[in-house]
Amino acid sequence: MLSPNLSAIFYLISGVLFILALRGLSSPETSRQGNFFGILGMIIAITVTFLSIGNFSTGFVVVLIFLLIGGLIGAFIAYKIPMTAMPELVAGFHSLVGLAAVFVAIAAFLNPEAFGLGSPGNIKLGSLIEMSIGAAVGAITFSGSIIAFLKLQGIMSGSPITFKGQHPLNALILISIIVLTYLLCSTQSSNLFWILLAVSFLIGFLLIIPIGGADMPVVISMLNSYSGWAAAGIGFTLENTALIITGALVGSSGAILSYIMCKGMNRSFFNVILGGFGATEQSSSSQNKEQRPVKSGNADDAAFLMKNASSVIIVPGYGMAVAQAQHALREMVDTLKKNDIKVSYAIHPVAGRMPGHMNVLLAEANVPYDEVFELEEINNDFANADVAFVIGANDVTNPVAKTDPQSPIYGMPVLDVEKCKSVLFVKRSLSPGYAGIDNDLFYKENTLMLFADAKKMTEDITKNL
Amino acid sequence: MEIDPFIFRLSIFILSIFIGYYVVWSVTPSLHTPLMSVTNAISSVIIVGAIIAGLAGNSDFIFNTSSIFGFLAISLAAINIFGGFLVTQRMLAMYKKKKKDK
Repeated sequence: MLSPNLSAIFYLISGVLFILALRGLSSPETSRQGNFFGILGMIIAITVTFLSIGNFSTGFVVVLIFLLIGGLIGAFIAYKIPMTAMPELVAGFHSLVGLAAVFVAIAAFLNPEAFGLGSPGNIKLGSLIEMSIGAAVGAITFSGSIIAFLKLQGIMSGSPITFKGQHPLNALILISIIVLTYLLCSTQSSNLFWILLAVSFLIGFLLIIPIGGADMPVVISMLNSYSGWAAAGIGFTLENTALIITGALVGSSGAILSYIMCKGMNRSFFNVILGGFGATEQSSSSQNKEQRPVKSGNADDAAFLMKNASSVIIVPGYGMAVAQAQHALREMVDTLKKNDIKVSYAIHPVAGRMPGHMNVLLAEANVPYDEVFELEEINNDFANADVAFVIGANDVTNPVAKTDPQSPIYGMPVLDVEKCKSVLFVKRSLSPGYAGIDNDLFYKENTLMLFADAKKMTEDITKNL
Repeated sequence: MEIDPFIFRLSIFILSIFIGYYVVWSVTPSLHTPLMSVTNAISSVIIVGAIIAGLAGNSDFIFNTSSIFGFLAISLAAINIFGGFLVTQRMLAMYKKKKKDK
């Protein structure tokens, strides 16, 4: 049996390894080593827990069995999941962290002796507060992530669900959570504990339903952050350094990602969370459109334009993920490169459904990461490029964000696609994007619309090159 | 008067938030998806609490309400640990540099 001091030191070591795991992600070269540090930290934490309890009886075997069951399911999912489904996967994983936090809190509430927190009905006040916070945040993470998962998976409609009195109701529930926590701590009643959990599950659900599909990058990052705070809350209850460090790391990581995503849309965090963006704007825009002429072309025209270009910039968006066009796109680029055409990729911060979504898909299609650029890095190059190839992106290229203060997306950083000599826009129809506004780019003199499925169009262009 | 150990844990917590802040800002945007999957995996270190709960029963009574919740939490966290690290590994293996021409 390990002494408490020695195990505390080992937990500290695994916490440090987790910091190194995140540090490794500062560049793709060091990232794999970082992941290894993370695995090592986890192995140390689990081993130390076993050794410090030192109970290798039948219970130990049962623990191993449950560990293996979970491990096998996890490994199976990790190998089978297609890269395009990554946002759903991450949302699903968040829900599991949340639920695990809830279960640990329940276990600690029912059997506080095992954790050295007092006896049932007489739990130490500090521990009870920490436990309630961990359980409530865990429950919110769980139900919120389930909704995010259903929306990303397409089981639930991606459009925002709003109803009258939504915000007052949410505010009321949040206040009731605080009141319940206070009452729970003063009475130690287990009924209140269950009510607190139920109410937290409910608010997680209510918080996410009004948020639309394209705001998912913010939602996923936010839930990522919550799962961290839930872990930290439990870490305080268990007085475990590894858990406290990890919770803080994950919590701040998710918060930073939410901030970056909000900035990418020029919206405040609260604006996104209060939701209903897509629903409110769609009606106002439908009056004055379908009037202006557009130029549309076919694969042959597109191939001709690109063949005569000396540099091409590709702008991928969520539509590329939906059409699974990343491999076809890379083949097209390979052909272009054979003709000595310079090709680079421009990624908007909120392209896709989660942070870094496009980068992973391009990496999957074997696109070298040093050909892929962020908005600030590449935005000046559009003026010197011959062709911009927009595939599955829309709002993030809309020049209206720079010119029309009335537009809902005014002030959002956009890719300066219109500065290119010519723009090829692969899209299934002229329908507006998520923000519900028309894209001026469609009607520009130098824009050629290619109405087709992204994957099929890309393949046809390659044939014509 | 002695300092409550809670204050030490709070100090670790606050300092870790700052470490997280600086470390995550230095993560390259192209790796934001692996960042999310790896933070997922490491936050499942909550499994240590689940193991404590699962092993709390005595040998006559392995299954009581508390330990059952512990066992379930072990499986959930294990899905995340294995799934999270392996899928991160899979993603990171795809990030390659341009092959040098000639």
